[in-house]
Amino acid sequence: MHEMSLLQGILDSVTPVARENHATKVTKIVLDIGVMTQVVEEVMDFDYKILTEDDPLYSGSELVMNFLTPRSRCFDCGEEFEHDRFHLKCPKCGSSATMLLSGRELKIASIEIDTPDDVDEP
Amino acid sequence: MTTIDMEQKILDKNDRIAQENRKRLDENHVFVVNLLASPGAGKTSTILATVRQLRDMFNIAVIEGDLASNVDSITMKEAGIPAVQINTAGTCHLEADMLSRALDVLDLPNLDLIIIENVGNLVCTADFYLGEDAKVMILSVPEGDDKPLKYPGMFQVAEAVILNKMDTLPVFDFDVKAFEDEVDNLNPGAPIFHIAATKDDGVKEWTDWLTEKIEAVAE
Repeated sequence: MHEMSLLQGILDSVTPVARENHATKVTKIVLDIGVMTQVVEEVMDFDYKILTEDDPLYSGSELVMNFLTPRSRCFDCGEEFEHDRFHLKCPKCGSSATMLLSGRELKIASIEIDTPDDVDEP
Repeated sequence: MTTIDMEQKILDKNDRIAQENRKRLDENHVFVVNLLASPGAGKTSTILATVRQLRDMFNIAVIEGDLASNVDSITMKEAGIPAVQINTAGTCHLEADMLSRALDVLDLPNLDLIIIENVGNLVCTADFYLGEDAKVMILSVPEGDDKPLKYPGMFQVAEAVILNKMDTLPVFDFDVKAFEDEVDNLNPGAPIFHIAATKDDGVKEWTDWLTEKIEAVAE
């Protein structure tokens, strides 16, 4: 349900960057999303289309989501391990004292734009 | 075609406002707990029970987040607690700028504890940092012991979990041990408090935990 808020934030960040770089079109937005966030891919896709279809800067553009696997470190034995979103205990020693290193990312990784200079390229 | 690396947080603007909130709260030594739960889990009852335990020790205010209406803030004011109502007008979660406007109208120098009652929602509220000291999650017995499996994110952002409506355990098929094992997998070491808010049962263990946190940020 909060995907619309996230997407609005994404466009608010991307639009000035695209303008600064003299973009005629934004063709792709690439996101890094940790799987421990509450983001639902299908909802993002659906909302993105609604939000951008009538916007000349974004219409027809692609939203790419890279979902990142969570990693944690064990305070007791030092083990670093990948895990799913349900099991955060250390798989080596069973300790509960673990720290999440990644898995909650909500990041704009990169964008692709067309500029007037691109027109003459093959 | 040109590729531009951005490496920017999606919630950059929200997080910057949250940091400003954080700074104001630090300057005034106010502890803020952000309560997350589904509608009907007993957020308002838990706040009232918490206030009954702590009002002689601390100055407390409540910030109520709802899609619409001010019924909760009226309940708080009737209990003699300063309360600010935020209506999100359809938004399913509170954001940092909403908290910022609520802080504007509270007497921060004279407060020790602010309890935020977030919008009733077991999903969206987890992704938004408001500048609070701790998120705490409430589940109630009638909702079922399988909720950690269905809504893991909520149980993972919480520093503590409150299991409310323990007095209804005899009439619901709720496996407390299975619930606690699931929470422990998702959020190892997080304390789980068993309470019946409307009867004040078990509330003291929760407020003792909270008191320690409040005193740690007080002067």
